[in-house]
Amino acid sequence: MIEFKGVTKKYGNNFAVKGLDFAIEDGEFVFIVGPSGAGKSTIIKLIMKEVDPDKGAIVIDGREVTRLPNRFIPEHRRKVGIVFQDCRLLPKKTAYENIKFAMDIVHASKRKIKRQVPKVLTLVGLEDKGNYYPHQLSAGEQQRVAIARALVNSPSVLIADEPTGNLDPETAWGIMEILERINEKGTTVLMVTHAKEIVNRMNKRVIDLRDGRIVRDEEEGAYKKDGRI
Amino acid sequence: MGAFSYTVRQAFSQIGRNKNMSSASIFSITAMLLVVGLFFSIMVNVNLMAKNAEDQFDTISVYLKDTVTAEQGMELAEQIKMIENVADAQYLSKDDAMAIMKERWGENGYLLDGVPSNPLPASVEVTAVALEDEDKIVQELNKFDAVDEVRFYRDAIEKVMTISGYIQKGALAIIIILLIVSLIVVANTVKLTVHAREEEIHIMKYVGATNWFVRGPFFVEGILIGLISSILAVVIVGFAYYKFTELFTPRFLILFNSGMVPFDFIIQNLIIIFVALGVCIGALGSILSMRRFLDA
Ligand SMILES: Nc1ncnc2c1ncn2[C@@H]1O[C@H](COP(=O)(O)OP(=O)(O)OP(=O)(O)O)[C@@H](O)[C@H]1O
Ligand SMILES: [Mg+2]
Repeated sequence: MIEFKGVTKKYGNNFAVKGLDFAIEDGEFVFIVGPSGAGKSTIIKLIMKEVDPDKGAIVIDGREVTRLPNRFIPEHRRKVGIVFQDCRLLPKKTAYENIKFAMDIVHASKRKIKRQVPKVLTLVGLEDKGNYYPHQLSAGEQQRVAIARALVNSPSVLIADEPTGNLDPETAWGIMEILERINEKGTTVLMVTHAKEIVNRMNKRVIDLRDGRIVRDEEEGAYKKDGRI
Repeated sequence: MGAFSYTVRQAFSQIGRNKNMSSASIFSITAMLLVVGLFFSIMVNVNLMAKNAEDQFDTISVYLKDTVTAEQGMELAEQIKMIENVADAQYLSKDDAMAIMKERWGENGYLLDGVPSNPLPASVEVTAVALEDEDKIVQELNKFDAVDEVRFYRDAIEKVMTISGYIQKGALAIIIILLIVSLIVVANTVKLTVHAREEEIHIMKYVGATNWFVRGPFFVEGILIGLISSILAVVIVGFAYYKFTELFTPRFLILFNSGMVPFDFIIQNLIIIFVALGVCIGALGSILSMRRFLDA
């Protein structure tokens, strides 16, 4: 469970988020929407403890992240898988190696790596392309490798910051199918997006931000209030 | 084990990918160590000379002309005993002088076997009652025909001490400057590789890599650069010193009445000094360049 309690984050005098209150239960699928500069990516940075709030508390799985000593940060981040709009794959590593890299970092055993990497490659439908380098893959395929990498250490939460931002609608739907499948298996999914179509058709919870505040938090919501386009 | 071998492999590949800067670092640390080695060798030799001289502090060596026979020498010693304030005077033949030197050299005495003809002169070793009297006694000694040269160590020791003081200070200043230069060069080298891997580091941190997992390879890279430099420096200085002792030990003996510090002693110490310095510079340099990765 992810809980924000009165979270405020300022950059200088500029409020990135202001008094945020919300809770995301295990296994939920949540969209975070809102105009550019509303504070969506800031929420992700706060969850990852890349930045700390000026006020309020963030509690993840019963642990207050804000108070987490530095040495526990790596452990905390391993509970969360993350995907970005630009996939951030290492260009000189193959798809397989990129995913393996995330397991090397947590000192996974060779046996576990051999078992786990093909499993996530299959999950994202790239079981045949493990030996491809990023430049040999399409944008959608690269994003799927990034998702596989985020999932390989079995995080309880998957966070995606505009994962379909660079993709054409059809490819984007491919990604959404994967995310939904992952969510059905029990992983909490938190996705920041500008894609109206996707939000409207998925019928999931929507948190709408404006100037760092929540203006709407609806179960089975749409991109705009009451489904207006 | 897996993590350690990853770290070392990564460090090697970083050095390989960044050949120019790595060799620049290695070159500058090696150069610094060579200067340290040069001054170290000079220092220990000067100290040995000073110490040898000190052993003879209270004696005045009266070197005799080669034409003086043993009998004449012994007679001279008796005459010298008569001089005011002389406590004792002993005649030493050329062979005695050689035997004493061999003894002083201990296990390195075999080096003297290579000296073709005994270059040491016969002498009368004079002991003064008190140090203050030495000046006057020397004046008297110089009046004897058989006397070739009077060596009188107090002045020599003072000179050696002043010179070695200057050398020490100068060496320290130069070494500190070179140390700083090497540090900067290493820090910049490692910073370059940090830059080249920025993307990777970012991903690592997001996936939950521990700080040491991220920093390890850069740290090891710095240490490897330091280690390679120190090995190079040991080989170069070792070779140079070996050649130098081979060539100059006999000359040292004649000139300074003192051998050179043996190769083994120099090399054992330099290995410790070089490796310690090299590794410290490497490690410190990489820490400096990683400071901004030291937080979260
Ligand atoms: N490192 C930073 N330094 C200063 N201001 C920042 C920084 N990061 C974000 N901000 C500010 O915080 C506010 C929220 O930024 P954030 O990145 O969360 O927006 P966003 O909702 O993700 O926007 P977008 O949809 O364009 O990605 C913005 O006004 C932004 O200028
Ligand atoms: Mg953003």
